[in-house]
Amino acid sequence: MIDAMRESLLAYGNTGLVAWVVLKILVIAVPVIIAVAMFVYWERKVIGWMHVRMGPNQIGPFGLLQAFADVFKLLFKEIIQPSSANKFLFVLAPLIALVPSFAAWSLVPFDAGLVLADVNVGLLLLLALTSLGVYGIILAGWSSNSRYAMLGAMRAAAQTISYEIPMGFALVSVMIMTGSLNLTEIVMAQAGSKGFLDWYWLPLLPMFVIYFISGVAETNRAPFDMAEGESEIVAGFHVEYSGSAFAIFFLAEYANMILIAFLATVLFMGGWLSPLQGWITADVAWVDWIWKGGWQWTFIKAFLFSFFYLWFRATFPRYRYDQIMRLGWKVFIPITIVWVVVAACLKYFGLVTIGA
Amino acid sequence: MTFELLCFYFFGTVAVVAALSVISVKNSVVAALCLVLTFFSMACVWLLAQAEFLGVALALVYVGAVMVLFLFVVMMLDVDFAPLREGFVRFLPVGVLVAVVMLVEMLMMIGVRTLQTPPSEDPAMLAGMSNLEWLGYTLFRDFILPFEIAALILTVGLIAAVTLNERKRSHTKLQNPSRQVMVKREDRVRLVKMAAEKKGEAAP
Amino acid sequence: MNRVFNYLKSLLLLELLAGMWLTMRYMFKPKYTMRYPEEHIPKSNRFRGLHALRRYPNGEERCIACKLCEAVCPALAITIDSEMRSDGTRRTTRYEIDLFKCIFCGFCEESCPVDSIVETHLHEYHFEKRGQNVVNKIQLLAIGDRYEGEIAAARAQDAAFR
Repeated sequence: MIDAMRESLLAYGNTGLVAWVVLKILVIAVPVIIAVAMFVYWERKVIGWMHVRMGPNQIGPFGLLQAFADVFKLLFKEIIQPSSANKFLFVLAPLIALVPSFAAWSLVPFDAGLVLADVNVGLLLLLALTSLGVYGIILAGWSSNSRYAMLGAMRAAAQTISYEIPMGFALVSVMIMTGSLNLTEIVMAQAGSKGFLDWYWLPLLPMFVIYFISGVAETNRAPFDMAEGESEIVAGFHVEYSGSAFAIFFLAEYANMILIAFLATVLFMGGWLSPLQGWITADVAWVDWIWKGGWQWTFIKAFLFSFFYLWFRATFPRYRYDQIMRLGWKVFIPITIVWVVVAACLKYFGLVTIGA
Repeated sequence: MTFELLCFYFFGTVAVVAALSVISVKNSVVAALCLVLTFFSMACVWLLAQAEFLGVALALVYVGAVMVLFLFVVMMLDVDFAPLREGFVRFLPVGVLVAVVMLVEMLMMIGVRTLQTPPSEDPAMLAGMSNLEWLGYTLFRDFILPFEIAALILTVGLIAAVTLNERKRSHTKLQNPSRQVMVKREDRVRLVKMAAEKKGEAAP
Repeated sequence: MNRVFNYLKSLLLLELLAGMWLTMRYMFKPKYTMRYPEEHIPKSNRFRGLHALRRYPNGEERCIACKLCEAVCPALAITIDSEMRSDGTRRTTRYEIDLFKCIFCGFCEESCPVDSIVETHLHEYHFEKRGQNVVNKIQLLAIGDRYEGEIAAARAQDAAFR
């Protein structure tokens, strides 16, 4: 059916090609937006439960429509521009925050062959795109012409730069293991007959933990959310934002969170591979994805990782600025440097099996 | 005109315009942002030239890291740029001269190279591997020694910069987060067991 | 040795994992939340809410305009004017309580010799216009008439302790 649709669109020549590409982008972007809305609801629910509260439960069944109500409220609110703000950059900043976080989604492989852009340098491109998101934050902070926003922007810049390095090293160890930067190949390299023990989390355990923690820091989420820091700098870089501009920041932040959850899945947890791979080889219709692997596993694992975000937020108090810097530079970077060497040795001496 | 060519002209124009505005706009933050745009369009041009690794590395290193730090510094600066710009017209001839000399040198270099070696096939294509792999083999096999020396020089530069910047300041109240993190309850609180005092008995 | 042990402990994230285990356990605990408009916590019969003026069973208003409540009110929320009625008794012509001033201390109820001014269990009320916060005698009597049964029941429950 998909092929037929593609053919019918491509029959229209270049316009058809553009329409086909736009359609593919929408197929990724719209579910991401809806997922963000539901994730906000799920976050409030989970944090509520952990606080022994109920969370939103009034709008729709079990409060399911809460996020949509919030979105409509934000969309109908006025965007207030501070009189001495830099008008152009003030409007541009949320868009700059949004674009990289959505662009990165085009690289995520959901299943074998189910990826929008199968780029050879996918991993590097991902790193580049996630590091671009900080521009939105910096520009928002600077253009608002507010001290709180400025402080938030400064903190965000320093933090993102610091945590990109351990994140990059974690990715380097994955590259060393796979010998490729292509995300699909990275997942396929984790296939094997030992079930979930074949995935990279085991040989690269410290890297896996550091990658995820750096991901939390990179997306400015609790306990590393001192770019927002409600208790000391009000709301950080988006103090002056309201209405739909604020909603866009929100969207970008949550899209990034879910993205990091998907990436942790793809890079260290075998993507769409089943944790039972190689143990069961039966052929049963409908349910054999459970041991053969399929897009369902990608989503299940990503859901678990995104749950960790909420769990962290409900559990840990916010780090102080100097503690964050210490953790990044003095703990994570040395560990990752050592483990890059270890990973290279593992690969060189053939202590890990790569691929099926 | 193919789509690639169209893209090339677009990115090229954006790069040139952004590069010009880096030196012409008044606001230093906007200038830094224009520099970001220049880097980004150049990365796109490189991607078009199928140097995808170089393009993405440019975006990653310069746009993602260096320019963020640059913006960080520029935003923190509180410099009145008017006096710095006063000599702009006076020094313009010198600047133009330097630019022209650099342009001529670059043209000569490129021209000499093209004269010397006829434009060959893409070496990566010849070797039958991807651009990225070929770059890796070249860097880490054929040119490993220069590569390592370059890395060493950079490290030395880094350490030198840190040591030059590190001066003993007096009257600073520094916290040491490592020590703070390592503190345990036993270091701060001591629970003492005491016998209960009974009514009527004199306190010892 | 101790130092090595500490490093290992922090590297294995033991304390953080213990904290996460705690929040995970709390996630499945029964919730304390009371869903207010649908659920109410039980209210004491001594609850001090909106004021009311009571009447005797024969319909005669209890208030004798002694102005003790006006005197005792710490927030000066009560205003009373009085006159001699045609049958020779002293009655109020004006009995107003400013509910913005009132602190719901219950002194007026305590001071009243005829149990006329009482504080009912009502706490869900609102004002829509400025000025509605001052409730007058007619309103207070109407509240008393409407909730007389509940007011009397609450007083009867508490009578043994007064």
